[in-house]
Amino acid sequence: MERKLPKKLNFVLTLLFILFVAFLLYLANEKLDEYVLRVVRLIAIYGVMAVSLNLINGITGIFSLGHAGFILVGAYTSALLTLSPEQKMMSFIIEPIVPWLANVHTDFLTATLAGGALSALFAFLIGWPILRLSGDYLAIASLGFAEVIRIFALNAISITNGPLGLKGIPEYSNIWWCYGWLFVTVIFVASLVNSSYGRALKAIREDRVAAEVMGINVFKHQLISFVVGAFFAGVSGALYAHWLTTIDPRVTTLGPMLTFYVLIMIVLGGLGSISGSLIGAALFAILFEWLRDLEEPFVLFGMRVPGIKGMRTLVISVIFILVMIFWQRGIMGREELTWNNIYRWLKRRGESG
Amino acid sequence: MTSPTLDLSRKPILILDQVTMQFGGLVAVDDFTAEIRQGELVGLIGPNGAGKTTVFNLITGIYHPTKGKIVFDGIDITPLKPHQITHLGIARTFQNIRLFSDMTVLENVLVAQHHKFTNPDADRILKINGKSAKRVANFWFWRSVLKVGYLKFEKEMVSKAKELIEKLGLSKFMHEKASALPYGDQRKLEIARALATDPKLLLLDEPAAGMNPKETEDLMRFVERIREEFDLTIFLIEHDMKVVMGICERIIVMDYGRIIAEGTPKEIQNNPKVIEAYLGREWEGV
Repeated sequence: MERKLPKKLNFVLTLLFILFVAFLLYLANEKLDEYVLRVVRLIAIYGVMAVSLNLINGITGIFSLGHAGFILVGAYTSALLTLSPEQKMMSFIIEPIVPWLANVHTDFLTATLAGGALSALFAFLIGWPILRLSGDYLAIASLGFAEVIRIFALNAISITNGPLGLKGIPEYSNIWWCYGWLFVTVIFVASLVNSSYGRALKAIREDRVAAEVMGINVFKHQLISFVVGAFFAGVSGALYAHWLTTIDPRVTTLGPMLTFYVLIMIVLGGLGSISGSLIGAALFAILFEWLRDLEEPFVLFGMRVPGIKGMRTLVISVIFILVMIFWQRGIMGREELTWNNIYRWLKRRGESG
Repeated sequence: MTSPTLDLSRKPILILDQVTMQFGGLVAVDDFTAEIRQGELVGLIGPNGAGKTTVFNLITGIYHPTKGKIVFDGIDITPLKPHQITHLGIARTFQNIRLFSDMTVLENVLVAQHHKFTNPDADRILKINGKSAKRVANFWFWRSVLKVGYLKFEKEMVSKAKELIEKLGLSKFMHEKASALPYGDQRKLEIARALATDPKLLLLDEPAAGMNPKETEDLMRFVERIREEFDLTIFLIEHDMKVVMGICERIIVMDYGRIIAEGTPKEIQNNPKVIEAYLGREWEGV
């Protein structure tokens, strides 16, 4: 039997929930100190990254490892657009910036949209060759493309300032921009998943050949999913750049490490579940900040242990492996946290208890 | 029961003209020429590895023939991709069931209707809710994400799917995951899913595989029923001779990629070549 709440009640509950979250965010913005607030904002940015990768990996079943490439494109595009011409002139010390970029200056929203759009365009171009592949081959090809983009950013010095990166990016990513974009991402992706298109994407994940025989143009649908995912990855990159205020093409900031972090978030939360991605992103952001203490010198059983750099990455990996062993489908599996599911769950508990 | 005679007055819906499929040195299908006529129920039989499933894969565009031509409903479908062939009206099931196992029964059937809304040249075939399919297909992605002019189509899809599921007697599983269904019902669901694409020609790949005699009997009645109800032409692969003899009007027998016999069940039963293919030659039994 399927139990459902009335549509109106569902809508009202959702609206109340959104207002409640908005109120909480307002409180957080007023009361919390700057450091905690930074983590709160990071949760939303990670959320956008996770939800967009989840659309590609979890829902459509394209095992892409190129997410950091799209995030990088979004980050650089938006940063180059919001930096003032004077700042750009000052920071490009190895080679002067190309003239057509030197004088463009836009507001944050335009820059974010441009970052997303350019990222989507990249996905469209990259998608043509790599979506012809499948499985491991696709994973390696997408990883390779992300690296190509990163190496390009490292060497196209007159565009990206090369290894020096971009500094002094205005810290525009306040709590409202971050959570606003998270809201848009979740609504867009959830709406896509709960439509005729979303079913087709899931069908491709379940059985590619059967989906094809059901009349679904598999390549076209995968490309759509890839492009939409990349758009939001670009947006998250823009938010990330204006949160970090300094970006450079190192492996750890916008390179493969970031892809793996996002991958950990979505696998932790449950591949194929949007609410899982959000939970995974929040857990990862909090855990990663909290474990920072491990890299400081600390006292263990009366012994002074010096700070070990990279210790938290190690601990995160161990936690990740443990989750994979005991909780193979992640926290949410493929379920979603919806009012209907909560209602059903409560009802079942009521019946059995 | 329909009389098992060849009715030449019906027009051919599917023509396979000297179709050959080579995988490296192996000739899986060799010079296959056959016609399926409108409304017929034709069986394709043959021993293991005779190339029967390859013929289906060729018709549905999963493979493209090395040589030869396949014409469906007057259109040359040889170079077309599987989804384009589905648009034209061929649906199939698989020998090893290929359902979308993590999706519900209802979702499985709904997926099969998606193609009608994304097919830019569907105009030739169908109208959706009175509007030309082309107009709906143009912005179907944005319509479905932004939910503008989408919900009435979704409603229509759901009601159609539910009706179909009810007709096939699967309504008690409506919201169950496909993988949770009993084996026989999974086969039925695969047929339901195929029917939801609105086919003219239905290809069934060993629909009775793994079933006991009672289930097989039920399935055969079921196939006859949907043929009447949905006005279908059916081409089916079967291993079990008895089954094919029971319901098919015409039978094509394959061995080593070639057609070795063709005719009514009676003719096939007494054909020495067929007996040889199934039981081996007498002098081979050393």
